[in-house]
Amino acid sequence: MLKYNERLIQFGLLITAFSTIAILILIGLFILKEGLPIILKVGIKNFICGVNWLPREGEFEIFPMIMGSLWITAGALLMSMPLSLACAIYLAEFSTTKIGKILKPTIELLAGIPSVVYGFMGMVILFPLIRNFLGGPGPCILAASIILGIMILPTITSISIDSLQAVPYSYREGSLALGATRWQTVKMVVLPAARSGIIAGIILGVGRAVGETMAVIMIAGNAVIIPDSILDPVRTLTANIALEMSFATGEHRQALFATGIVLFIVIMILNITANLIAKKEVAK
Amino acid sequence: MKIKPVFTERIVKKILFVGTVFTVLILLFIIFYVLKNGLAVIDLEFLLSSPKELGRAGGIFPCIIGTIILPLVAIIIATPLGVGTAIYLTEYTREGKLTRIIRFGTECLAGVPSIIFGLFGFVLFVVYLGFGWSILSGGLTLAFMILPTIIRTSEEAIKSVPYSYREVGLSLGGTKWQTITRIVLPGALPGIVTGVILGIGRSIGETAAVIFTAGSSLRIPTSLFDSSRTMAVHFYILAREGISMENAYGTAAILIIAILMINLSAYWIMYRFMAKFS
Repeated sequence: MLKYNERLIQFGLLITAFSTIAILILIGLFILKEGLPIILKVGIKNFICGVNWLPREGEFEIFPMIMGSLWITAGALLMSMPLSLACAIYLAEFSTTKIGKILKPTIELLAGIPSVVYGFMGMVILFPLIRNFLGGPGPCILAASIILGIMILPTITSISIDSLQAVPYSYREGSLALGATRWQTVKMVVLPAARSGIIAGIILGVGRAVGETMAVIMIAGNAVIIPDSILDPVRTLTANIALEMSFATGEHRQALFATGIVLFIVIMILNITANLIAKKEVAK
Repeated sequence: MKIKPVFTERIVKKILFVGTVFTVLILLFIIFYVLKNGLAVIDLEFLLSSPKELGRAGGIFPCIIGTIILPLVAIIIATPLGVGTAIYLTEYTREGKLTRIIRFGTECLAGVPSIIFGLFGFVLFVVYLGFGWSILSGGLTLAFMILPTIIRTSEEAIKSVPYSYREVGLSLGGTKWQTITRIVLPGALPGIVTGVILGIGRSIGETAAVIFTAGSSLRIPTSLFDSSRTMAVHFYILAREGISMENAYGTAAILIIAILMINLSAYWIMYRFMAKFS
């Protein structure tokens, strides 16, 4: 009897263990079911490469939003990569343990600040600065890139610290014993060894930037145009969904789910790439 | 001219230090700025009265209730699923193809943006299952979102319980399940609690997934099928529609204080837990 119960429990746990995969599949299926019809109707090429988003006239093409997401993500990466790498290298390699012990949790703690608060900061602090020094109304690619850059700092920093710390200490000893300075050791031994982990962290940061919604809506301006300067307002894929979801019906709503499909695929590709790269490091 | 390596070292170290301090200062500045502007607005009336004129005046009491109930529903659903998964991964399988697939699924789910969870929760719970904009729909959506966090921390916690604990349980004649429930899980409890608390922290700050599933009603909810507005959603609406900057700051300040306290307590429990086993 006991043995039978044990087996039942094991089976129950096995099913539980598949919950995340089941949820992932459910998410994919439901979004596909809602969004695919309109993509097929418009045509994949038109949907992705066309520039007209006119829900009232029944034109659904999302190229401007793809460009918007691309610009803002690239800007955010440019802004946060040097800072987060500096942070990670300093905290993992140069700081005394005491400073490191305080600063790393501080940075992780700050990752908990809600995204709406970051967006609000952009509105009240960056908008006036941009208006005064660069002109324009305020909401633009630049503002969104700066805020998103700050938002993904903790993600990239803490993953990079973890992969730097995972490099065996003997590597450093070998290099230091050969007479190299600390920085030479970091540059030529530690960083190359931790490279794939750091890249995985950066990719996850990109994923976070692409998927961010509320903060972006508050500061990117949301205009459906293809930008030609960083002071132009843009609309991202995520913003497109969130802005119109509350009142969209029929084909319009389907088109928003179709935008979700594109977003979901991009994020999955990023996740899988990060996963493969990180696994390569473990295997090594 | 060649620069001496020792000199380069000194310069690099300075640059890295400045970068680090700059980063931490940006993040601390955000917190202080919100608190400085927000704390002045907060008093007992702000906390305990309902909003008037869409939030232009009055307090945020219904939103505080919503902010407490939604994460509560989420963890009630996500904790058994997450801990069950963690038990299976650590106690019932060896590392292999199966665990790799499950871990991969967990990592991917963790990376799904909240707006996608919002869309999904909207079609499945609000429309398809007919729950409407409600605490139940929002709670279920949040549960799915925080599941990876709970799985990962529980797994770490269960793994860090020494193997000898299990041997003692089994040698006393306990079955595997008895050993797990009476010896391993109690030992891992602080770590599991940390994961649950981090999940609560993440739910409280969430906006995109909640606004499309739990709605934004300003009434005090009386059942699981009522719509409710969390503080994060309230803050977003106040700030974006320019309803009241003052009340937006007040709401944001409470939100940030709540999240920092929650995350701090999670880290504190984890720290004590890790100290015990190492």
